[in-house]
Amino acid sequence: MYDFSSSSRLPKTAGIGYKPQHFTELRAEPGPVTWLEIHAENYMGDGGRPLAQLRALAETFPISVHGVGLSIGGEGPLDKDHIARLKHLCDWLNPASFSEHLAWSTHEAHFLNDLLPLPYSPETLTRVADHIDEVQEAVGRPMLLENPSTYLAFEDSTMDEITFLTEIAKRTGCGLLLDVNNVFVSCTNQIWDPIEYIEKFPHRLVGEIHLGGHDEDEDEHGAPLLIDSHGREVVDPVWALYDHTIKVGGTKPTLIEWDNDVPEFPILREEAARADAILAPVQAE
Amino acid sequence: MGQTDFTAALLDPEKPVPEGLVDPQGRPAGKRFDVYRNNVTSSLIAALETGFPVLQKLLGESSFKTLATLFLRAHPPTSGALQRYGDAMPGFLAGFKPLASLPYLADIARLELAIRTSYHAADHHPLDPAGLDPEAMMALTPRLAPATHILTSPYPIYSIWRMNMVAGAPKPAPVSEDVLITRVNFDPTPHLLPPGGRQFAEALDGCTPIAAAIEAAMIAAPRADIAGLLTLFLSSQALTLPTEKVQ
Repeated sequence: MYDFSSSSRLPKTAGIGYKPQHFTELRAEPGPVTWLEIHAENYMGDGGRPLAQLRALAETFPISVHGVGLSIGGEGPLDKDHIARLKHLCDWLNPASFSEHLAWSTHEAHFLNDLLPLPYSPETLTRVADHIDEVQEAVGRPMLLENPSTYLAFEDSTMDEITFLTEIAKRTGCGLLLDVNNVFVSCTNQIWDPIEYIEKFPHRLVGEIHLGGHDEDEDEHGAPLLIDSHGREVVDPVWALYDHTIKVGGTKPTLIEWDNDVPEFPILREEAARADAILAPVQAE
Repeated sequence: MGQTDFTAALLDPEKPVPEGLVDPQGRPAGKRFDVYRNNVTSSLIAALETGFPVLQKLLGESSFKTLATLFLRAHPPTSGALQRYGDAMPGFLAGFKPLASLPYLADIARLELAIRTSYHAADHHPLDPAGLDPEAMMALTPRLAPATHILTSPYPIYSIWRMNMVAGAPKPAPVSEDVLITRVNFDPTPHLLPPGGRQFAEALDGCTPIAAAIEAAMIAAPRADIAGLLTLFLSSQALTLPTEKVQ
C-alpha cells in the first residue's frame, strides 16, 4: 500500500480552514499558518470574489481541497456533475491534497447538507470502494477519506470503523484523513476507547489530521452526546489525544477547522501555534 | 433500514426514528437521530438566511425561519454546491397562501437570487468606451455581461430592497420597477432601470447593435434619457464584447 504519511504535498505543520473574512489579515501576518484548506463546494461558481481570492492565496499557500458534498457513501450513483465540478477545480488549482468524507449526504437527487452515517458492512464497503474508485479515476488524483463523527450506531454493522477504513484504503489505494476531534466525539458517543482507537489506526495511510471544536449535550438517558460543531476552540482532551496521535503516528499536516461562529483571525493563529508546538519537537527528533 | 427511510425521517420530524439505529446499549437512537435532523434543518435554514437577507428582514427572523423550514422540506437542495439553493423560492412564495397578502415577496426573492447568481458569475472585461468615437460606439454589438441581470416587476422591488439594505433610503412608492443588477469587480449592485432601460437591455441581449437598442428604448419610452441610459450601462460595467473572455 502507498505510504501517505511521507507523500503528502502539504507541509507537516499547521494549516487552517480558510474563511473569506480573513483574506487580508492572513496574507499580511500568517504567523504559524503554512497551508490552507477550502471546502470545494464554495469554489464551484464561475468567477467573482471566491475564485479571485483562491487564485491569489494559491500563489502563497499550499491548498487542500476538502469536499463536503460528494456523498461517497450514498446508496445511489454519484452525481456526475458534481464530480465534474470537483475535477474542474482540481485541474486549475492543482491542490496539494484532495479529501472527502466517509459519509453520505445525497439521496435521490436531494442534497441534505450534512455528513450522514453508514453501517459498517460488506455491502457498504463495496459501494464506498466503488465510489472512491470512480472519483479517483475521474478527478485523476488520489484522495484522502476522513473518519466521521457519529452520534448513533447501526444494528447492521458487522465490523469496526478502523477495519472498515483500512479495507477501503486497501481496495482503492486512497489515503486517510484522521480527524482527531471526530475520534474523540465518536469514541465518547459510542463508548469506544479513544487511546485504543488512535493506537490501532493505520498511521502510514494518514496524509492529514483535522482538529476542531465540538459541543456537549446528553441523550435522553443522560449519556454524554458530543456534537461535531466546528464552532469553538479545540478542547484540552482533544489536544491531549492529538499529542498522543503525533507520538504514535509521527508528524502530519494538521488543520484547525472552525466553520461556525468563525472567530477573528488571531484566535485561529493561536490554535495553529498550539498544533505547531506539538509538532515541532517531534519533527526535530 | 436504508437511506430512503433515513432521508424521509430526517425531513419529517413527525416520522419515527428508523429502526435499526441504536445507542451504544442497543436502545433506539431517539435524540441521537435528532442531531442529524437538527444539522440538516439548521444548516439549510442558515443557507437560506444568508441567501435572502431582505426577505428575512421583511418577514422578521422567526417568520422567515418558519418559511425556510417549510421550504426546505418541500425543496431540499438538488446539488452538493449550494450557490443556487433557493432558486425554487419565488415559485414557492407565489403559491404560499399564508403570505398571499404580500405578493411582492416572490419578486424580492427573484432579486436576491439574481444578486447571488451575479456574485458567482464569470468575470468579464467591461466594454470600455474610451477612445471610441460616437459612431463606432453605435455600431458595436455588446452583450450583457455574465454578472448582469435584468428584472421586471409590477412592484417597487428596487425601492423595497434599498429600504432594507441602505440606511436612510426612502420608503417605496406603489409603482412598478425594473432592476438592473451589475457587478463592478466583485460586489453585485442593483440599479433602478429608467424608462426604456429594460427594452434597451433586451435588445442587446438579442445581439443587436447599440444604435438599434437605443431605437428599441425610444419606441418603448419616447422621452427616454438615452445619454443617462448609456452612462448607467457603461459606468456599471453591465456590458462586454463577445470576443473578450477573461481567463
